[in-house]
Amino acid sequence: MAQVYIPGLLRELTGGRETVEAEGSTVRQVVESLGRVYPGLAERLVEQGRLRPNISVAVDGEISSIGLLEEVAAGSEVHFITAIKGGRCARRS
Amino acid sequence: MSTQYTVVGTRPVRHDGADKVTGRAIYGGDFTAAGLLHGFILRSPHAHAAIKRIDVSKATAYPGVKAVVTADDMPPAPGDKIVDLGEGETPLSYVRGNVLASGKVLYKGHAVAAVAAVNPHVAEEAARLIEIDYEVLPCTLTAPDAMRDGAPILHADLRMKELGQKTDRVSNISDHFRHVMGDAEKGFAEAEVVVEGEFNTSTVHQGYIEPHNATALWNNDGRIHVWCSTQGSFVVRDATACVLDQPVSQVKVTPLEIGGGFGGKIPVYLEPVAALLSKKTGRPVRILMSRQDVFEGTGPTPGSHLKVKIGARRDGKIVAAQAWLAYEAGAYPGAMVGPGAMCVFAAYDIANVVIDGYDVVVNKPSTAAYRAPGATNAAFATETLMDELAAKLGMDPIELRLANAAKEGTRRADGPKFRKIGCVEVLQAMKNHPHYSAPLGGPNRGRGVAIGFWFNVGLPSSCTISVNADGTVNLVEGSTDIGGTRTSVAMQAAEVLGLRAEEVLPTVVDTDSVGFTGVTGGSRTTFATGWAAHDAAQDVVRQMKERAAKLWEAAPESVTCERGVYQSNGHSATFRELAARIGETSGPVVGRAAVNPRGVGGSFAGAIADVEVDPETGKTTVVRFTSVQDAGRAIHPSYVEGQMQGGSVQGIGWALNEEYFMNGSGAMVNSSLLDYRMPTALDLPMIDTQIVEVPNPAHPFGVRGVGEANIVPPPAALANAIHAAAGVRMRRLPMNPPAVMEAIWRKSTSPDS
Repeated sequence: MAQVYIPGLLRELTGGRETVEAEGSTVRQVVESLGRVYPGLAERLVEQGRLRPNISVAVDGEISSIGLLEEVAAGSEVHFITAIKGGRCARRS
Repeated sequence: MSTQYTVVGTRPVRHDGADKVTGRAIYGGDFTAAGLLHGFILRSPHAHAAIKRIDVSKATAYPGVKAVVTADDMPPAPGDKIVDLGEGETPLSYVRGNVLASGKVLYKGHAVAAVAAVNPHVAEEAARLIEIDYEVLPCTLTAPDAMRDGAPILHADLRMKELGQKTDRVSNISDHFRHVMGDAEKGFAEAEVVVEGEFNTSTVHQGYIEPHNATALWNNDGRIHVWCSTQGSFVVRDATACVLDQPVSQVKVTPLEIGGGFGGKIPVYLEPVAALLSKKTGRPVRILMSRQDVFEGTGPTPGSHLKVKIGARRDGKIVAAQAWLAYEAGAYPGAMVGPGAMCVFAAYDIANVVIDGYDVVVNKPSTAAYRAPGATNAAFATETLMDELAAKLGMDPIELRLANAAKEGTRRADGPKFRKIGCVEVLQAMKNHPHYSAPLGGPNRGRGVAIGFWFNVGLPSSCTISVNADGTVNLVEGSTDIGGTRTSVAMQAAEVLGLRAEEVLPTVVDTDSVGFTGVTGGSRTTFATGWAAHDAAQDVVRQMKERAAKLWEAAPESVTCERGVYQSNGHSATFRELAARIGETSGPVVGRAAVNPRGVGGSFAGAIADVEVDPETGKTTVVRFTSVQDAGRAIHPSYVEGQMQGGSVQGIGWALNEEYFMNGSGAMVNSSLLDYRMPTALDLPMIDTQIVEVPNPAHPFGVRGVGEANIVPPPAALANAIHAAAGVRMRRLPMNPPAVMEAIWRKSTSPDS
């Protein structure tokens, strides 16, 4: 299970929880897993099969350049954070 | 220098040195082509206006004019298409709208139309004949003003987003986000000492000496060839293709030498326009910006407005911090408030933090990156308050920082934990530096310190290395060379191959000739393209072992390579000896690598500044300045020191002099280098440097990247030094003589004085 940190403005969807656990071996699977447990959360992170332009994901402390395709290991920390420059944070799926 | 390396850590002469010092290097202004035409861009005289009518007939008929273009000549932009250009993603409509305005102009200097003619003077004269009817609209120039109810709205379709949630509110606020860690309210309740303040920083420009330029030829076969000054040739290729609705394969970009960029030469401004003019004329078209164009029509760094609060226990432990950041994006969303929020408290281990960030559009040029974008603004607030906190606690300011310094495992407020970092090592180097304990040497002098962080980036890089029969190698890369990266990349290949740096011959090539390579930005080139060179060199070593095995009739796995000497079962040959015989084996040896590396290592930097403040004029003179930075591993220490000095000088200019001085109607009134005062060598002392090396464990040589963190501490260090010298706390940049004088007068007339 990955440890997912929920951004402050999304914690209303997780009952105020700052961290939650989610299954998945990629960020995409983690988001889908979150969406099943916390309705509405996946839609706030993903749009048309891609991370929303103003959101980046960091896995184990490093911002990913491949977004939803990034691999997630058991025990990984996953953070959804504000992207650089109006949605800027390199290529991602 | 580390003894484990023979090339890394040395100081060879740069490969492009002869071309640069003899003036033979080809910059955009030098470039020419057969049949070249000259372009001129007509820009808006208004900060905010609706375009009611454009009549180009007089310009088109002007003798010597070959073509005129407006936004109507561009393909329509699908409203919601997102494109990835350089450091990330942005709506295509914004990119196109900034290249040539359509419907509305959003800042003075916004490009509206362009002319191609037989010479630049005719082009300019003709452009002045273009008739445009504007309906002038009220403008908004600062984030606080643009955020208020009733402010003039720049984009009728812009609705505020809160982390992916688009609200119904039509607003100049593009984005609001919040980072929360722990319980800030509870933390402040536990605090025994609290410091807080409201800060403002002005819009400033990167100030690269070479203006933007572009030449384009839209050939008869449909291919577009662009020659330009850019931090990323592939970005120009992709952006030009996007704006003109062409496949990327139809665009080829040849990067020319670049006379500075600092983040400002990532966006495209001229290239699509030159291409459109070329399409209409069938001839190559070159456009050069004037300095005024550069100031008014390209991307400066955001002005910002910050409220920061820090609470600590009496023993110096910080227990809570809060920041409210509003950054001015300029005409289109994308202020660097995200990284500002990531960096505002990054230097410290604080349990309870809340950070709110606002990305706000205003009627100024659309902002671009500038060395550690967003971080300098944020550090000005945080590091000034750290000085105040140290004074209130009676602690040495470096000791206070050491007591709270971020380390490996410290969690930042935006979420991720730090890996191995050098914050403590930088602070210790500052504390131990002779400058920190040296006498000030005169009256009205003061010393200040500050630190700063930039996280750096990775992004893709590609590289090939081909072996020459004389034992040298040709290294082909796609990273445009701004700060000596040809050499810092070549040195990493040389280290792997066991060659001298001079035996690796680097060439920066066009987009048809190398694999995709990201921008030269984010302090990434020595890190990522250097990594690609390392891997390509390893590929060469592998192939050279196979060739040696063939020559010696040995098993490839029996061949070893140690510092360029290949051996197996009593056979031995140097790289040069083997290279001379590769023709006897299986033909050319070409190594290649394409990387998109993880393992980026953030960099901390510190500044110690001594100033003298003239109590009668408020003028601040920098009398001594020391920059300290964690390089991870300094591949070429001279170039690391050069980055530290350059970043420091830019930070000093930002702190003391530079600003976009805007009049009430939104016009910049100091758009020349005479009036926009950047520091020169005559204004400053020698910038001393001390490189700290806490190797990045993820990189083959420990590189972190050194292009940016050094600009972050200077404004706060100087503010703290001014306080020590004159007893006034400065809350606004620039801290120019009128501002300091006013603060001194205010202090002298206050009831407490």
